[in-house]
Amino acid sequence: MSGRSDTHLREWEVVVGLEVHTQLLTKSKLFCRCENRFGAPPNTLVCPVCMGHPGTLPVLNGEAVRLGLRAGLAAGCRVSPVSVFERKHYFYPDLPKGYQISQYATPLLTGGGLRIRTEAGERTIRIHRMHLEEDAGKNLHAGIPDRSHVDLNRAGVPLLEIVSEPDIRSPDEAVDYLKRLRQLLRATKVSDGNMEEGSFRCDINLSIRRPGSTTFGTRVEIKNVNSFRFVHKAMLHEIERQIDAVESGEKILQETRLFDPVSGRTKPMRSKEEALDYRYFPEPDLPSLVIDPAMVEEERSALPELPEEKVARFCAEIGITRADAEILVAEEGLSRYFEEGLSLLRSPSSDGDAFRKARERWTSFVLSEVLREVNRQGEGVLEGETSVGHTVALLGKVLSGSLSFSQAKEVYGRAVEENKNPLALVEELGMVQLSGDDELGLLVESVLAENPAEVASYRGGKDRLFGFFVGAVMKKSRGKANPEKVNEILRDKLKG
Amino acid sequence: MKNPFFSSLAEFARGRDERRFSIEEVTRYFLSRTEALNPSLNVCLSINQNAVNRARQIDARLVRNKAISPFTGYPVMIKDNLEMEGYPTTCASRILSGYLSRRTATAVARLLSLGVVVLGKTNLDEFAMGSSTENSAFGPTRNPWNPARVPGGSSGGSAAAVAAGLAPLSLGSDTGGSIRQPAAFCGVLGVKPTYGRISRSGLVAFSSSLDQIGPFAGSGADALEALVAMSGKDPLDMTTVDRDPAEMRSGYQSTEVMGARIGIPEALFGEGLDGSIRERLKDLRDALSGEGAREVSVTLPHSRFGINVYYLVATSEASSNLSRFDGVRYGFRVKNPADLRAMYEETRDQGFGDEVKRRILLGTFALSAGYQEAFYRKARKVQALIRRDFLEAFERCDMILTPTSPTPPFAFGEKTGDPLSMYLSDVYTITANLAGLPALSVPVGIDSHGLPIGAHLIGPPWSEGRLLKMADRIAGLYPMPLPELHAGHADGFSEGGRR
Amino acid sequence: MNLSKADVLHVARLSALALTEAEADRMTGEISAILNYVEGLSVVDIPDESQDGAALSPTLLATDTPSPSLSPEGALAGAPDRSGSFFRVPRILEEGR
Ligand SMILES: [Mg+2]
Ligand SMILES: [Zn+2]
Repeated sequence: MSGRSDTHLREWEVVVGLEVHTQLLTKSKLFCRCENRFGAPPNTLVCPVCMGHPGTLPVLNGEAVRLGLRAGLAAGCRVSPVSVFERKHYFYPDLPKGYQISQYATPLLTGGGLRIRTEAGERTIRIHRMHLEEDAGKNLHAGIPDRSHVDLNRAGVPLLEIVSEPDIRSPDEAVDYLKRLRQLLRATKVSDGNMEEGSFRCDINLSIRRPGSTTFGTRVEIKNVNSFRFVHKAMLHEIERQIDAVESGEKILQETRLFDPVSGRTKPMRSKEEALDYRYFPEPDLPSLVIDPAMVEEERSALPELPEEKVARFCAEIGITRADAEILVAEEGLSRYFEEGLSLLRSPSSDGDAFRKARERWTSFVLSEVLREVNRQGEGVLEGETSVGHTVALLGKVLSGSLSFSQAKEVYGRAVEENKNPLALVEELGMVQLSGDDELGLLVESVLAENPAEVASYRGGKDRLFGFFVGAVMKKSRGKANPEKVNEILRDKLKG
Repeated sequence: MKNPFFSSLAEFARGRDERRFSIEEVTRYFLSRTEALNPSLNVCLSINQNAVNRARQIDARLVRNKAISPFTGYPVMIKDNLEMEGYPTTCASRILSGYLSRRTATAVARLLSLGVVVLGKTNLDEFAMGSSTENSAFGPTRNPWNPARVPGGSSGGSAAAVAAGLAPLSLGSDTGGSIRQPAAFCGVLGVKPTYGRISRSGLVAFSSSLDQIGPFAGSGADALEALVAMSGKDPLDMTTVDRDPAEMRSGYQSTEVMGARIGIPEALFGEGLDGSIRERLKDLRDALSGEGAREVSVTLPHSRFGINVYYLVATSEASSNLSRFDGVRYGFRVKNPADLRAMYEETRDQGFGDEVKRRILLGTFALSAGYQEAFYRKARKVQALIRRDFLEAFERCDMILTPTSPTPPFAFGEKTGDPLSMYLSDVYTITANLAGLPALSVPVGIDSHGLPIGAHLIGPPWSEGRLLKMADRIAGLYPMPLPELHAGHADGFSEGGRR
Repeated sequence: MNLSKADVLHVARLSALALTEAEADRMTGEISAILNYVEGLSVVDIPDESQDGAALSPTLLATDTPSPSLSPEGALAGAPDRSGSFFRVPRILEEGR
């Protein structure tokens, strides 16, 4: 935390509510059937409806409603049997009709919550509401003197707006909430949560007050903060700004601010004289949205295992730590990879013990090697040459004793680097594990011969030295020795 | 009204099938009549240059195949707030200058699929806001009965087109009386269907919760067929209702005057109603009673707030619907605006006429923070009471009779200086829109000044068929003469008596 | 109620309508007169809404099947100003909403 001491900050309580806009994974837009797709050439995914031409009417996409329901059910929200679309008015070039169709007084979903973990333990951040609305297009300014350009491909793309209660108390909590929310949306296939492409965007409502106070301070809204890192930075800056202001006797203005990633500061978004009055009223082109109870039941029963539940299952079934389970579940792709690997390893012939051992090896391999490569190279390493099938085959060599674990790690790293099938690489490098009694016997004998003093001590009762001999043999074999065999031969020879 | 070929849709179909005329012949007749009369009447804002071509194609098809519908080859004009792909849609506004529609209105597309020939697009009050067709950026339409009088509005062009015999059928839109009041002023039949009966897709919205498309026609039987053709659930309009359009035919066939219970809201026949209209309607009531109809006295206690509610609900929705006209994507934009804000404000200031601006301002105010509860929301609540009044009344009667307009067609400029007095000319028609009910205006002869008078029937939801049958009975009681028309060109048309 | 000219100018700004002084003066009078008329509604008593619990049938929703969009030319034809396949407007200074 820059500038300010923790003790100083402790004199203030930070109160934060987050509004997340997430794009829904529909094939078409919310009110017309133009494709919902990122990255198309400008103004190629537009029609009279989403361009706000005269005579056009909105036609509500059933899949958007379904995905909204699914997200709501996953977060424990209450479904409104009847909800209402309203018009929110303002003039802006990326808003073709001069109003956004959104939900206001009666949203699709209310209540619910999300568990987050803080230093002080687990806590629920309550969700205030979730509602459907249409996205605006995009204005472009960069490199255009005196003018702006408008691309309406995004206009009308379905958004789910998810509004939390003001339950968040720190930047860390905010980021944890956002990560868990995004995880939930991905796990349920409601949204891809891709922040670079703007399909997961966050507005921050932040105020400060003295701890113990029951009233709220003046709320400042920071719009469109589009990465977890920026959310953290923007909040830190805004907290400091507000504390400075209040402590020097200034009043906090209720205003909307923007975060500038370059300066790391927030600044007022619009001039003060520009009054906004959205003039919400029920959208007369759309009947009230009466939800089919059958759709709710379908979604409820088809709800996939939620991240929370998956963590619990990993802990219980695989016996890994909660922290490890959280890591595996945090990334949807990694967790799927992990589970696919497990099912490949569970061969029908293998007995319980063998599988337990294989599972331990696989968990540790994924948590160390694969996670490192995912963090370094992205989720692409989970596909292609280093796909789960290929990686499990590599691990199989370890389990069958023809390759050592450290050799497997080395091969995997190189396979990612060179984009090669790890098994092909094993052959190419001529990697084999030394398992033959004769070869290993010679190695063991030479190690014992080189360390007579240690041999004497061991034989004198210093059992702990056994590990030293194992390490020395492995080193001598350059990692190629089969550790189990080495153990066996060493024990035999040391008996003397 | 009269043309040398046919006097009804059925007669047209018979003549066509018996090869007594070709579609091209008929099309050319109406086009040349329009060409002759449009300079004086200003009915059409654009003529379909492709009409004769289409007529020829239909003729060619008819050589080999039987007509698929009575409408095959039937000439139609449409109000210029209805879209046809590739054609201009102006809404009689400068702000849509140069605009070409990308799609065809569902109602129009359904008629086209049956083979109608669209002759042209008719004049209106800008964005359908007005009761006289004086608020058109392209000049007012004249009443065929008296060129010094307004044709009513906002569908004045479509009403005048049928009255002047420029087309046997035309389409209008009705938000507060915009079909029925001009129908009364021009002496033709005009119908506003139940809300949700006909898709609004392709109708440029004025007030989305009140707008409905409807026909002007020479008879209830013809209007019935047009309604059946245009009606039904449309996947492009979520406010359409899934009802079988054919129910209107059964309603038409089963209705009799004898025994019909006609609701009379006596209060609407008193103060504020022109004397000659009151007398004619008294005459009508007597005639219907004579044929066995029963008058039932009904009260619609909240109807006197109709204008109040209408001018809040309709303007609120209009202020919102017209936000899209911003000069960014299509239509008019001022030259060289100083900045973005100036582009918006000046484009809209220069693009819209006075009445449109007045209603946008009123509607924006009615929705604005601090006032929405007292104005827009209150109006919506009273609107629900108006609807309830009607539904209660329809438990005791089959339809309600009122005047269509409190006055005969007025003179140009008579009400333009006083917006409120113009608004009051919709006092009898507005409540049907607020309650979502079907209603129509049927001509009941002319007054002593030679100006048409209309009777107004309002029915319960989905009762169009019954209303139309009653309208045909009423029309039978009051044979209409034909307006005396003077072409802008030398070749006049001789006009005889009707039928 | 009577509006002030400032009220009308505020509403005009919300409506994105430039009004000349003369227009604003005229509209102030006209809209006030209309408001005074429509305010007659205030005398209407609204009964307590006893929402009739009539079972509404589920809203019929569209299936999520994309259909072709307009061609870029179809989308941009008739645009008052454009640059390539973008709509072009005067420089936007205020950030988004
Ligand atoms: Mg929003
Ligand atoms: Zn579209």
